[in-house]
Amino acid sequence: MTTSTSQFATSIVFEDVSKFYDEVLGVNRVNLQIAPGITSLVGPNGSGKTTLMNLMTGLLRPSSGRISVLGISPSEPEEIFQKLGYCSQFDSFPRGATAREFIEFYLRVHGYTKKEAGDLTQAALERVSLTEAADRRISAFSKGMRQRVRLAQSIAHNPSVLVLDEPLNGLDPMARAEIIRLFRALADAGMFLIISSHILHEVDMMSDSVVLLHNGYVVAEGEVHGVRDEIDEHPIQILIRCDRPQTLAARLFEHEHTVEARINDDRKGLFVKTRRPDDFYLLLNRLVTEQKIQIESVAPVDDDLNAVYQYLITSDGGNAQ
Amino acid sequence: MVTDAINVNPTKATSWSLWTRQTIAILGLEIKKNFFSRRALLLYPIAGLPLVMMAALAIFTPDTDEMRNFGMLSQVYAGVYGGLILRTLVFFGCAWVAMNLFRGEIVDRSLHYYFLSPVRREVLVVGKYLSGLIATIVLFSITTAGSMLIFYFGIFPSESKAYFFNGAGTSQLLAYLGVTILACIGYSAVFLIVGLFFRNPIIPGLLLYGWEWINFLLPPGLKKLSVIHYLQSLVPVSMSDGPLAVLVEPTPAWISVPSLLLFTGVVLFLAGLHIRRMEISYAGE
Repeated sequence: MTTSTSQFATSIVFEDVSKFYDEVLGVNRVNLQIAPGITSLVGPNGSGKTTLMNLMTGLLRPSSGRISVLGISPSEPEEIFQKLGYCSQFDSFPRGATAREFIEFYLRVHGYTKKEAGDLTQAALERVSLTEAADRRISAFSKGMRQRVRLAQSIAHNPSVLVLDEPLNGLDPMARAEIIRLFRALADAGMFLIISSHILHEVDMMSDSVVLLHNGYVVAEGEVHGVRDEIDEHPIQILIRCDRPQTLAARLFEHEHTVEARINDDRKGLFVKTRRPDDFYLLLNRLVTEQKIQIESVAPVDDDLNAVYQYLITSDGGNAQ
Repeated sequence: MVTDAINVNPTKATSWSLWTRQTIAILGLEIKKNFFSRRALLLYPIAGLPLVMMAALAIFTPDTDEMRNFGMLSQVYAGVYGGLILRTLVFFGCAWVAMNLFRGEIVDRSLHYYFLSPVRREVLVVGKYLSGLIATIVLFSITTAGSMLIFYFGIFPSESKAYFFNGAGTSQLLAYLGVTILACIGYSAVFLIVGLFFRNPIIPGLLLYGWEWINFLLPPGLKKLSVIHYLQSLVPVSMSDGPLAVLVEPTPAWISVPSLLLFTGVVLFLAGLHIRRMEISYAGE
């Protein structure tokens, strides 16, 4: 991958980045270019999500390759952390600190005056709905509240890039919804949000694009549907509710892109697996007209990340880079 | 949930004034930790031991003419200072504080917050080092001055008054304080870097302790590869190291003091180089 200077300055770029922990692979030959919006890193434990985030923030150094965050190398903390905030998974805090003290202190380390740090701290606490508990010791907080403190600390200096490692862990459903709304608002304001998660339906809900990781390799990247388009061979499953599923199944089987057609137990529906969804939908339209089949609904049943991810990591379709 | 941010940019600053502000911010938190955290609790008995000892010694020292001329008193204090305060308590006190500056935060898994701030890591080294230095200097200066004053004034209050205001007492006290401060400067730097390089710094700490203790047996060239050699050259009352000691001329103050400061500078420079490339991996801590 070749990346121009202007692309380096306006995006987050990984160029042939590898990281080994002694002889253990962290990530291997990662090439990525991340645009503004919400980008989710998806993969099971040990797939390399946290390693990528730690590399992006300079907590780890790449064994080879180059990383640039808006044109800045992560090895220049005094530059990069003016623009970047990282909400890591490390659930630890300086002993005895209150939420306000904790956030304010690290803003002072940024170089803010006491007044500036105080104002920014208050604003950050409000953004994560933690003002009431702000002057209590963090050690007495629940896991969800600690998560919010870390989030507030990472956004307090209004960074352009926000890196969040499993940010929804420990949050109750209402808090999750609130935080996702906050992420959406930040992304809509032009920020870069890089979020790791293994809860795929949440990734599906909030992401503009995804990076799928497995065993240290980027298996696929792009928009959720774009990732699917990359996988020509992956059959998608579609549920059709209609009055004559047997007729429809028989006609669909005449076409080679239909991998499977299975009548639903209630005999009012049909599961179809097809390798070429576009051709399938054209065919379905034609058959419905010709056979006068009454269609109640047509819905892809697995057009989500989980299906893509499972396919990529369990079959030969996962061509690691 | 409020989604609006307020826009505040850090007040414009030149590099030096920014670094100064950042160092002061780091000092604020670290000094609090060095004095009042749970880890700091061990320091108080270490620093307080000589005060109790000297008070006890003052109570049980016989009132003889030999003692009353202060020659013997100063020899006794020099022995306690050199053997206990300087070589052991200041050594381990600095070790405890300085090794925990980074190692303690790695164990607590909180060092990454500093690493995720827009602060030069060298500034972090300086800030943390100064915080440890302030803590050890305050505590061990009190130990040094307190133990000396308790000892002298506890035995002969009125004579000691004259000794300190008109005699050699004050200059000796200031010299001991100077040596204590230099010891804190040197040992804190050594143990800061030990805490950075070693996952378990106790073993290297004990090896260093042994090296400092056998200094009197070492040939002249090797003696100079220690902190204690330069400190001993500066103590106002010299003590015999016994019949096995390899005798060398004390290094003059104009060499000892700059040498220690230069050594400290080099060690901190190396710590800065190391931390610049340091990764955060709490696994195995």
